[in-house]
Amino acid sequence: MSDRILGIETSCDETAAAVVADGHDVMSSVVSSQVDLHATFGGVVPEIASRAHVELLNPVIGRALLEATVDPHGLAAVAATVGPGLIGSLLVGVSAAKALCLAWEVPFVGVNHLEAHLYAAFLEEPDLELPVVVLLASGAHTMVVLMEAHGRYRVLGSTIDDAAGEAFDKVARFLGLGYPGGPVIDRLAKDGDPSAVRFPRGLPERPYDFSFSGLKTSVVTHVRKHPELAVADVAASFQEAVVDVLVAKARRAAAETGAKGMVLGGGVAANSRLRERALEVCAADGMRAFLPSRSMCTDNAAMVAAAGWWRLKADGPTPLDAAAEPSLNLATTV
Amino acid sequence: MITALTKSADDTRQLGAALAPLVVAGDVILLSGGLGAGKTTFAQGFGLGLGVQDDIVSPTFTLMRSYDGRLSLIHCDVYRLDHLQEVIDLGLPEMLDAAAVALVEWGDVAAPGLPTDHLETRIELTPSDDERWFQLHPVGSSWLGRTDELRLATQRWQS
Repeated sequence: MSDRILGIETSCDETAAAVVADGHDVMSSVVSSQVDLHATFGGVVPEIASRAHVELLNPVIGRALLEATVDPHGLAAVAATVGPGLIGSLLVGVSAAKALCLAWEVPFVGVNHLEAHLYAAFLEEPDLELPVVVLLASGAHTMVVLMEAHGRYRVLGSTIDDAAGEAFDKVARFLGLGYPGGPVIDRLAKDGDPSAVRFPRGLPERPYDFSFSGLKTSVVTHVRKHPELAVADVAASFQEAVVDVLVAKARRAAAETGAKGMVLGGGVAANSRLRERALEVCAADGMRAFLPSRSMCTDNAAMVAAAGWWRLKADGPTPLDAAAEPSLNLATTV
Repeated sequence: MITALTKSADDTRQLGAALAPLVVAGDVILLSGGLGAGKTTFAQGFGLGLGVQDDIVSPTFTLMRSYDGRLSLIHCDVYRLDHLQEVIDLGLPEMLDAAAVALVEWGDVAAPGLPTDHLETRIELTPSDDERWFQLHPVGSSWLGRTDELRLATQRWQS
């Protein structure tokens, strides 16, 4: 019989549960987004997020099990994100997972949220050939990672100030476009001219690091000086600057490491311009591009279950006294 | 109140670094200013001055990040009022007791529930793209007692 893992994800503002068989076969994936709850505040409010997780998690888990029609006592494990993320939010998922493990007498697996994003690609491409370069960009993280083997990662570079998704959120708020900023800028940019404004491409000294703080400032100062500019043009030009840098660095990393492919992950990987450009450069370089479907780029529990399956195979179960770790990084798991 | 003008992002970093020698354990510096004013840039310089080796990245997502330096640096983002209580819940007062200073990025809202002693730092954009206007306002006896030192440390940016 296949190994079925229940994944639980509560590190930020999505309450999610999923059942995945053998690390790739998604039997169910339920995501309850809290976006509406946080939209009025223009961003995630941690205390509200934790309370919402408490209310949403049991029904979400119930639905994931029902849709997958699995007997929880027969699960190979329950995997939950232990970090990085908001401590209050993480604790809800971790505590629930441990309680379920005790009740059902199944093993617990603690999963690194960043590693889970890397594994989103394996859900749709279980035989993905390694090594690959992963461009992981979300509201909290922006990094280029060389995945050499399962569980073996090298973080080649990361942001030195703001995350890419954070830049989208902050620029959207400045332009009065609401929250979350990524989808709204993506939509608006389709009607705008990406070459209307040549915003600076932040290029820090270290070749794979990112910087988006200066770009954000540049948008603010430019719009103040040119209030007549069409918002769609500003959105398109800003998006182009972010995408340019993300793609250029991932492409260079792939070329210099001899990677077999480029993988996108994280909420920003749902951006249509980024996906388009990643496909273009991979085609030009004769390299495979792995673009998980949009729902697997943003936070979900199927990727947690997938990463949990690989972790369980490699390291066995996680002790039940393992704590939630809000500032866990990728290197910690190696 | 002390006013200062920085000419570039790098200059803002240097101003931040110049303030670092003045702080003692338990100090709180409030940073206010709109999007793109340079709060994170100032924080990066301040961190350098404090001997922090790691990159100082935006605390927006996690609300609070801490770094090791001559003193520990706690960098918080409480641009919404309800964040202050959350940062307090995350253990800010206890962390300040343990040889740390806090840099609190603040929105433009009035600030109830703040420590009585703090250095208020307001950053404003100017008509020039690169220049930033700083207002440093020592509040409480501990910071008022350091006004002269503060003036001296920021002399080259005063107009």
